[in-house]
Amino acid sequence: MTAVTYLEAISQAIREEMRRDESVFLLGEDVGTYGGAFKVSAGFLEEFGPERVIDTPMSETAIIGSAVGAALMGMRPIAEMQYIDFITCGFDQIVNMACKMYWRSGIPLPLVIRGPAGGGTHGGPFHSASPEAWFFHTPGIKVVMPATTYDAKGLLKAAIRDNNPVLYLEHKLLYRLPELREELPSEDYIVPLGKAIIRRRGRHMTMLTYGAMVHQCLKAAEQLASEDGLAVEVVDLRSLTPLDRQTIKESVMRTNKVLIVHEDTLTGGVGAELAALLAEELFDYLDGPIMRVAAPDAPYPYAPPLEMAYLPGVERIVAVARQLAAY
Amino acid sequence: MSEAERADLLLQIYYYMRLTRAMEDRTRTLFLQGRIVGGVYTAQGHEATTVGAAMTLRDGDCIVPQHRDLGMHLVRGVSPRAVMCQWLARGNAPTLGRDGQLHIGDMHQGVVPMISMLGESLPVACGVALVMKMRRRSTVVLASCGDGATSTGAFHEALNFAAVQRLPVVFLIENNGYAYSTPNARQFAIEQLAQRAVAYGMPGESVDGNDVLAVMEAVERAVAHARSGRGPALVECRTFRVRGHSEADKADYVPPALREEWLARDPIKRFEGYLTAQGLLSAERRREIEARVRAVVDDAVAFAEASPPPDPATVADYVFAPDGPIAIVGEPGATDPRYVNALDTRTGRPFCTMSQVEEAVTQL
Ligand SMILES: Cc1ncc(C[n+]2csc(CCOP(=O)(O)OP(=O)(O)O)c2C)c(N)n1
Repeated sequence: MTAVTYLEAISQAIREEMRRDESVFLLGEDVGTYGGAFKVSAGFLEEFGPERVIDTPMSETAIIGSAVGAALMGMRPIAEMQYIDFITCGFDQIVNMACKMYWRSGIPLPLVIRGPAGGGTHGGPFHSASPEAWFFHTPGIKVVMPATTYDAKGLLKAAIRDNNPVLYLEHKLLYRLPELREELPSEDYIVPLGKAIIRRRGRHMTMLTYGAMVHQCLKAAEQLASEDGLAVEVVDLRSLTPLDRQTIKESVMRTNKVLIVHEDTLTGGVGAELAALLAEELFDYLDGPIMRVAAPDAPYPYAPPLEMAYLPGVERIVAVARQLAAY
Repeated sequence: MSEAERADLLLQIYYYMRLTRAMEDRTRTLFLQGRIVGGVYTAQGHEATTVGAAMTLRDGDCIVPQHRDLGMHLVRGVSPRAVMCQWLARGNAPTLGRDGQLHIGDMHQGVVPMISMLGESLPVACGVALVMKMRRRSTVVLASCGDGATSTGAFHEALNFAAVQRLPVVFLIENNGYAYSTPNARQFAIEQLAQRAVAYGMPGESVDGNDVLAVMEAVERAVAHARSGRGPALVECRTFRVRGHSEADKADYVPPALREEWLARDPIKRFEGYLTAQGLLSAERRREIEARVRAVVDDAVAFAEASPPPDPATVADYVFAPDGPIAIVGEPGATDPRYVNALDTRTGRPFCTMSQVEEAVTQL
């Protein structure tokens, strides 16, 4: 068995689900002949034909809207956004059309909207989005962000089988990262939506994080262990909606200190909700302020020095963790 | 079609036009009596367009209606009781009181639920048609919108996508002269909205939307085109909204002479004149139909008024569909064993659908 990349895991998940279930199909810009901008669907057209791998016009409203229509008819469409930033062009189809459909009509909408998110690849302000908070705030859609290759496959399979709209955010920096190569089980498996995972155990503080930041937090935890003798627990949320409140709370009740780390901007981000949840429900367990490391409240920059300053990195995480530890 | 069959069909069309008008008249009364909260949108003048267009469809076809399409709902078999429960925000309404107006839909009946964002239903119609095409069904989708909605990006994205994919969709534009207070002249700069079809590579036709037979003929041509696998078609029905945008709108931006002109072309009176001249509508027949319409409307209102309001404890329910197979409940003609409503997690019963409104009340 060979170790595969995060991107190959995504590709495998879609291919296997399309083989397993006739109602699964893929649509998006350049997903057919070209195999997708990042080659997630390379070879799909040959295997599944143009009715199940649909090259669409450059038309996000049409892509997402058609996915909604197909889901209404009992299909399980996967709509690809070439870069997740372009999801804004189809925003209304998601928040007004898809998210409210079951709630008001009782018709389940099993559809997945997926695409490359996140920064660190010099994409600039229009190719680096971390759009999770927009949808985290919106009832009716599940939001998933895998950090590992195993999860990338298992979460996507679970998303495709879910009876609801799911936003599946792939971090493009992780797509081909050699250290994320993993041997995956040969048998079918899923990673259930709504279950966080503890990536590293520790008793001095909890880092709550998700997506590519999981790896930054793990590196920071390593450094804090060797340089400061701190045992940091790293919780990878994996799904933002549904949120695994149980795992989050249990971890914080053990460590009594929380550092929240995300790549998205600070104000009104997912971290704000996590902080509010803990302040409301676990006030008595906290031995220090709930602290956050996130991107500054500015659009995503292009030039390398600006990008370096913008993306939360190990150095910042370590510095803030030390402040919190000393509290 | 035999002479007698044709006579029957024409009287049926007349019945649906009358029923549509009567339902809306009653809705307006209920609104003025304070029994309907929120906005009330009616479509006096559109009856020939909505009824005529929907009459061209067959079993298994779908409609993707907008806010002035009560006529289509009724022709497609949506129960007047369900409509009234929805207007009166009852707990057994198709949306369980979560939404109002004509925002109802039910895939069992081939009706896609609309949302307030006008134009946004059109790409969804493409998705429904895409699946019809995949399943090699010779069914079609009739998707409507107003002249205002043709200015949205969604309209253009939908027409383009449908044309490229040769989807069986008929786009019906109900051009009623105004979008709220905005007249056609400030909405688009072409002569006729049917011209839009040219740009996307589909046939387009503009027709007198107050002449029910002309509407039917034009939509029939478009439907035949779509059904035969040649892709989408567009029909513009030129009509007029003789009342305000909503019942809160006096519409004093409309020149009185213009309204008078269109009132004189009332589609129902006009069709009545035709039927009478053809010897198909005697005074007696007309009274019969009138009585039938009144009985249906009375029953719908009485039923809705006897239905209890929604339970406040359910306010946060149904945000997500539960896990498990999506149970099938007879999509017309479906051989595919997959479909529709997942079960309600609390009751184990399917979420209320339009066809279940009546049953739901008997269970109360
Ligand atoms: C996308 C969108 N923008 C604004 C509105 C508010 N609005 C409701 S009805 C309306 C006018 C619609 O005009 P038209 O599409 O011609 O339909 P009509 O009401 O004339 O039948 C507007 C602007 C809306 N519903 N949707």
